[in-house]
Formats: sequence, structure tokens, C-alpha cells
Amino acid sequence: MAPAPIVELQGVVKSYGAAVALKRLDLLVRAGEFFTLLGPSGSGKTTTLRLIAGFERPDTGRILLDGADVADLAPHLRHVNTVFQDYALFPHLTLVENVAYGLRARKMPKAQAHDEAEKALAAVKLDAFAGRKPAQLSGGQRQRVALARAMVNKPRVLLLDEPLGALDLKLRHQMQAELKKLQHDTGITFIYVTHDQDEALSMSDRIAVFSHGEIEQVGTPFELYERPASAFVADFVGSSNLWDSMLLRPEKVRLLAPAAPVPAGFEARPGVVREAVYLGAVTRFGVMLADGRALSVMEANTAPRAERLRLVPGDEVLALWPVEACVRISNNNEGEV
Amino acid sequence: MHPLKAWSSFVWRRGWAATGALLALPGAWFAGLYLAAIGAMFVTSFWSVDPLSGTLIPGFSLGNFQALLSDPIYTKIALRTVGIAASVTVTDILLAWPVAYAMVRLAGPRLRAVLMAAVMVPLWSSYLARVYAWRLILAHNGVLNWALIEIGLPRLHIGYSNWAMWIVFSYLWLPFMILPIAASVERIAPSLLEASSDLGETGLRTFRRVVLPLALPGMVAGAIFTFSLTLGDYVTPMLVGGEGSDFIGNVVYSNVGVTNNIPFAAAYAVLPLGVMAGFLLIARRLGAFDAL
Repeated sequence: MAPAPIVELQGVVKSYGAAVALKRLDLLVRAGEFFTLLGPSGSGKTTTLRLIAGFERPDTGRILLDGADVADLAPHLRHVNTVFQDYALFPHLTLVENVAYGLRARKMPKAQAHDEAEKALAAVKLDAFAGRKPAQLSGGQRQRVALARAMVNKPRVLLLDEPLGALDLKLRHQMQAELKKLQHDTGITFIYVTHDQDEALSMSDRIAVFSHGEIEQVGTPFELYERPASAFVADFVGSSNLWDSMLLRPEKVRLLAPAAPVPAGFEARPGVVREAVYLGAVTRFGVMLADGRALSVMEANTAPRAERLRLVPGDEVLALWPVEACVRISNNNEGEV
Repeated sequence: MHPLKAWSSFVWRRGWAATGALLALPGAWFAGLYLAAIGAMFVTSFWSVDPLSGTLIPGFSLGNFQALLSDPIYTKIALRTVGIAASVTVTDILLAWPVAYAMVRLAGPRLRAVLMAAVMVPLWSSYLARVYAWRLILAHNGVLNWALIEIGLPRLHIGYSNWAMWIVFSYLWLPFMILPIAASVERIAPSLLEASSDLGETGLRTFRRVVLPLALPGMVAGAIFTFSLTLGDYVTPMLVGGEGSDFIGNVVYSNVGVTNNIPFAAAYAVLPLGVMAGFLLIARRLGAFDAL
């Protein structure tokens, strides 16, 4: 049996003046999920998060938290906490005061609140800095304080608004792993907003892809990548070759010598290499097929260099892919699976 | 090389040159006129005046200060001045907060412009015109009492009193409190207020725990304006305070202009200087300048 729904949005509409941010949104998040709202900026994902937190009120529709409609409740009355994109640490308070803020709001005695806050800071390895002010920290450290400040309240749902957006790539990857582990260990439901598809794929149990105030598709990372419900999802999640309603992922294609034999179950097309870009782990090729279609190919640089085809622009090749790798997508919200 | 190019490369090589060039004139003004004038006042306060000829006698004498301390009227005037300056400051803080907060946090762009204009426009009219207007409002047969009688309430006798000065000063300096508070509230990131409510605090407690401490520098800046402007004024006490409501400034004025006892005036003028110094020290203690 699937876990119980913890957050549910039913027919939620939100507009700012004439601009419609969300057009009749329905969304269901289950308890204990790492659920990601993925989409380009302006697609409505942050608005959805802010509606759940209570910073915005829907024009119409219901927002259920543990089955109760909270659409009219102020943020301080909802058992959810937010990790803000800019961290929103209180600059006049020390780290321990920042982390104890929510506990003090719930009238926990000061000594006990500071005790709990110290523990939460220790959990993110910042207990040595408890007496410092946020301005004395690096971006990554602030991010962890923001996380500790939200988690110490043991929220029903933790809302994260592009929390890693300001960090450099290496730190971002490290924090992705830490967040995923934290979510797994605590079992708290995470709702995570990002525009970074790699981040979404690597961390989420399920992802909702947003576009122009609507959800294009909800699914596991595997479903979104392998069976996208629309051209938009196919294009936004990963890179793709899209021909009419057919999708072929670049890494599923192999480039062979023009005269190579075609094994059974494979489809082959002759073409000419137009571009070869070495990216370290992979090499990306741009191939112009004989039938005039452009094909993007991603080849893992796994074999020893001597054994690989040394393709340069102008080389003739045979592009080869398994027949089932080329999938049909329908450009609507239902999708074909 | 063209002299302008030579100068600009010189400034580029030596960073202090640009700073020095920019500060030379204001620095000279500050040191030569402002500090020198205060120094002269301080020195003069120890001089005395020949009672017969009225000529200045340089030297060092504490006579002026002894005279100030021996006559209780001067203590009373000083207490009145500082007391009204303090009550005006507190009143303006209470009046300015809702206006400043609504202006930068709640109002839309249009209402915000209207409020901003409403705060600024009085500053474009003459100080004297505004004080005289209040005289007409607060006078025995003025607008206020006329309105009170019309609605069946008894007359108020607040014209020419400390009450009148308190009201008029609070009105006069209110913009100087609203503007710095509004500026400091504007600098508070909206996400901090959201974070506070996200962490479970009500609006009022968010104000106390986040907004108030972060806007303290603006509030202290406003308080420096309202307090020092009231402390140094002598026109409003003359026009709306009536008999027996002298400020320090009025005593200084009459000693300079009427009695021609400049050393005594200087000695009395040292007092507000000391009060302001104490005020600023307390403000620093409160951490008001930490953000500068």
C-alpha cells in the first residue's frame, strides 16, 4: 500500500494581477517522499512551494496538510518549515539563536532551546561556530545553518526552495548527497524546488515537471527520462533528439564505421560527423544523417583511447541504436507509458 | 602627458589621493568652521564680562558655571528642554513606526508615492509658517477649541504651554523620524519576515524579534534628529510656549542679544553638547552603529 498523502493541492489557482502563475493545479505528495518540483523559472514551482508554506494564498482551491485544509492558515500555524533560497538567516542573531528561533517561538525554555539548537548545529558540523553571526560564515555553512534551523522543529514537511542554487558545483554535489541522506535518515517529507534537472534526477523519489503554471508530468526519475509524457519534459529532462513525436536519447546511439554490420533489433542510419566535443567523461557528437535530420550523440569515454574510433568532423559514420530506444511521446499531459 | 591624464594616473596609482581630493574642502570646512567654533565656544565659557564696561575678560573662571548651578531657574530650564526633547523623541518614534512600516512594506507603489510626498511636503514650507499655523490652532480661541465646542466638549487650555511645545515639536520633526526608519525597514530582506513566520512567530512577535532590532540604527538616527533639533530650538518656545517656558536656546539668545554676556551664553550652550554626547554614547551601547 502506498504511504498516506501528506500534502495535497486540489484545483489550486493563483494569479498576480493579470499574470496567471498557476492554472488549476492538482498535486499529491506522500508521507516520507523526496518530492521535487522541477521547471524553468516562471513555471510556477516556487509559487507552489510558497502556497504550501503559507506565504501566498490561492485564489481558489484547497491545500491539504495531513488531510486538513490549511489554505486560510497563516504560515506560523502550519507544521511545515522552509529552507530559503537566500537562507534568510537573521543577521543580528548568533547561529545558536538562529537555530533556536523556532523552538523559542513555541515557548520552549531558553536553556533547553539552546541545547537543542547546539545539537542541531552539531549534526551539520557547525557546533564550533555556535556563537558566531551569519555574516562570518561561508555560503555552504549558511546553507547548513538554514537547514538545521528548519529541521530542529521536526516539521511534518520540509520545503526547500532551490537551497543549493548559490553554491559551487562541487559543494552542490556534496550537499545533494547530504540532503538525500538526511531525508532518508529522518523520514521527513521533503518538497524540493529546483530548475536543475541533474539535481532533480539524482535526489528525488518522484518529480513534478512544471511548465507555464501547469504540471506536465509527475513520475519517478526513470519514468520522466525514459518515458517522457511530452516533448517539453523530454527536452527539459536530459538532452534529446526529438523528431516529430519520436524521442531518442543521445547516449543510446553508437557511432560505427560506415560499413559496419547492423545487428538484429537495431536501427542504423548513415551520416556525417559535423561536430565532436570532448567533455571528459563523454564525447558529444553532432551528426548530420543522410536523410537530413540532425542527430546528437553522447558516447562514454570508457574504452582505452587507442581502441575508440577517432572521429573528427567530416568523417562518415553509421549511427546505430536499439529499436526500443526510440520512443513515441504524445504532446499532452496523459502521456503514453 | 596631458595634465588631466597625468593626474588621473597619479590617482590610479595612489588610492589615497582621490580620497584626499574629495575630502579636502568639506574637511577644511568641518575643522576650520565647525570644530573651531565649538572650541571657541568652549574656551569662551570660562571667560567673564566686566559688569560696568561690558568688555570681555579672557581667562579661566568657573564663575559662569557656578552662576548656572546656583540659580534653580537654569536647572529648571535645562530639565524642561531635555524633558521635552525626550518626550518629542518618544512620541515621534511611536508615530513614525506605523507610517514608515506601511509605506515601505504594505503600500503599493502608488500609495507609497503619496505617503512619501505627504511626509516630505511639509519640509518644503517655511518652519515659521508652520509654527504660526499651530499657534492659530492651539490658541484660546483657535481652531482646536472652536472644534471642541462645536461638538460639545469643553475647551482645552494648552495654548502657550509645555503641551503646545510638545505637540508642535513632535509635528515639526516627525519626517526626520519617519524617513530613516523607513530606509532601515526597507533594507530588511522580506525573506527574513517570512522565515520568522515560517518558524512559528506571529506578526507582532516577528516585529519585536526581527524588525525592531534590525531597524534600530534607523530609529537611533531619527532620534538623534528629533532630540537634537528640539534641544537646540528657541523659536518654537518663543512662539507657542508663551511666558515661563524658556528653553536653553532662549537663555542663550537673550544673553547674546540682550544682555550681551557671551561667556555666560557659551557656558549654558555647553550643556546640550554634553547631553548629546551622552545620548550618542548610549546609542552606541545599544549597538545602533554596529551596522554602519
